[in-house]
Amino acid sequence: MSGPLAPPPQPLDPAHGRHLLLQMLRVRRLEEKCVELYSAAKIRGFLHVYIGEEAVAAGVLGTLGPDDAVVATYREHGHALLRGVSAGAILAEMYGLVEGCCRGRGGSMHLFDAATRFFGGNAIVAGGLPLAVGMALADKMAGRNRVTACFFGEGAVAEGEFHESLNLAALWQLPVLFCCENNLYAMGTALGRSESQTDIALKAAGYEISAWAVDGMDVLAVEEAARRAVDAVRSGGGPHFLELRTYRFRAHSMFDPERYREKEEVARWLERDPITLLRTALESAGHLPEPEWRRLQSDADAEVAAGVDFAEAGTPEPLADLTRFVYSEPGSHDGGSRP
Amino acid sequence: MKSSYREALRAGIRDALQRDDRVFLMGEDVGAYGGSFAVSLGLLEEFGPERIRDTPLSESGFVGAGIGAALGGMRPIVEIMTVNFSLLALDQLVNNAASLLHMSGGQFHVPLVVRTTTGAGRQLGAQHSHSLEGWYAHIPGLRILAPATLEDARGMLWTALEDPDPVLIFEHGSLYNVPGELAEDAGAVDITSAAIRRPGTAVTLITYGGTLPLTLEAAEQLAGEGIDAEVLDLRSLRPLDDATILASVAKTHRAVVVDEGWRSGSISAEISARISERLFFELDAPVGRVCSAEVPIPYSKHLELAALPSAARVVEAAREAVGAGG
Repeated sequence: MSGPLAPPPQPLDPAHGRHLLLQMLRVRRLEEKCVELYSAAKIRGFLHVYIGEEAVAAGVLGTLGPDDAVVATYREHGHALLRGVSAGAILAEMYGLVEGCCRGRGGSMHLFDAATRFFGGNAIVAGGLPLAVGMALADKMAGRNRVTACFFGEGAVAEGEFHESLNLAALWQLPVLFCCENNLYAMGTALGRSESQTDIALKAAGYEISAWAVDGMDVLAVEEAARRAVDAVRSGGGPHFLELRTYRFRAHSMFDPERYREKEEVARWLERDPITLLRTALESAGHLPEPEWRRLQSDADAEVAAGVDFAEAGTPEPLADLTRFVYSEPGSHDGGSRP
Repeated sequence: MKSSYREALRAGIRDALQRDDRVFLMGEDVGAYGGSFAVSLGLLEEFGPERIRDTPLSESGFVGAGIGAALGGMRPIVEIMTVNFSLLALDQLVNNAASLLHMSGGQFHVPLVVRTTTGAGRQLGAQHSHSLEGWYAHIPGLRILAPATLEDARGMLWTALEDPDPVLIFEHGSLYNVPGELAEDAGAVDITSAAIRRPGTAVTLITYGGTLPLTLEAAEQLAGEGIDAEVLDLRSLRPLDDATILASVAKTHRAVVVDEGWRSGSISAEISARISERLFFELDAPVGRVCSAEVPIPYSKHLELAALPSAARVVEAAREAVGAGG
């Protein structure tokens, strides 16, 4: 049933380790740029960055295939990027431009991309869980061997939709991988101040779902747990649940004075920066010479810089198109017709 | 052939299940129980538990799952037992079903159909009797249907399933047992236009769903008094068929809206406003309204009846509109 700990990581493969490091760096650099662009008023609205939590998306998303689906939250820039949405399309969306992945209709919290089967971008905490259940139901009914990965924060655990969705997924044995990004705070509310039972994997186990708690700062541990869980889900083992114990280094959003946590606590978690942890492991094993580290950083920087250039060159949606996409346009969908 | 409204609905569901293997019905007690209002009676035996899928009492969960299944290429019909219970799924209906297409810049369509029971008249009290379809009609991205006839009960579903966007169908609980004649070859009907159920010249009585029968009854009474009322069945509350509404009122120059919803902030208010905006100088009388009293619907029979629109109140409002009152 529920193991309290994830299986131990495999021995570190140098090339794969560098690949994972690059994935985390790409997210980190994108998010740092987002903060900068927010301060420059290029990006508006609410902005929630993923800095500190990169090992979760990097570890899980690499285990999925192109036919699988991803449902995420409003802190989803990194998931979108690692799923294959370009930095340019993400940034243009945050700029509110037609070149954005949602033509400027969604913004930071609502990134969607049909080509990569990235289903948002849901800003209602736990609102994406029922969707993931339904997508998995469709796959099961249609006989498709796909996995739907659903990311949500530990704050979602307090919502009824969390419980309804876990029950449905287990009851119907649906191919969902639930990924709880437990960063310990729902905005400013600490887990211990909002849950009578703070062991989230245990809650999932209560629904007869195989659940593992995983060190979410260790990308290798995340990846190994995700690989095993995805394999189990794909081979008909029903839903699986990962509680990924992580930490948000930055404020909840750009309007958060962080009154609810101590600087010392943040400092302790910063010592477990997922990028530093993997970099140190690679370096101490002799797998990351300094030029190689510099190359990874410059690759990530270059990708983000190209994304910014793309967004800067974008165009606003014509006002005449304001009310498009409220209802489907003729020819934009098969309409369900069947002979 | 003879049919009840309930049987017409069931025929529509059966037809959809036969025509398209992506269609399935999901909801509380739709299977083993046979449907809480017996609409799906017998379908479990015919189509099996995968496609006639009983759910736990998790409205938000299974409505959201319906949205997800629609995103995944299925054509789900989700039954919510009553409109009051649909409030537990408002998050999914408004924040996801109605918004996903727009938020995603046109990428993700939600071909979901939700069926639910609405309305009062059965002494079920305040948590089973409300008429909230007008609320849902406020939401861009949703289509809101109210079948009032056997033909619409039979035919709206397939058209709704073919629509790439979410459609909510509100079935008035007092209609399920209504008997009538349905053509053997009754099939899909359009879901955008209003229908003139009784042509007339003196006043347009605008209604939908459960109040159509009493409005037609009122029109017959009015005819006996020499008032030739036209009865317009909206059929769709969103979008509203402005053209048919305005054409009728432009002809009769008088309108009364009959709506079991509460008057304040209602679909009747919306219709009245549209008529006033577009036909102000055509009107020979203010637009009248017959709505429910502004109370949670009470249990006691005499109180419930007093709270609801009646043929007598429609007659009275129509007389007032034509200046024949008192």
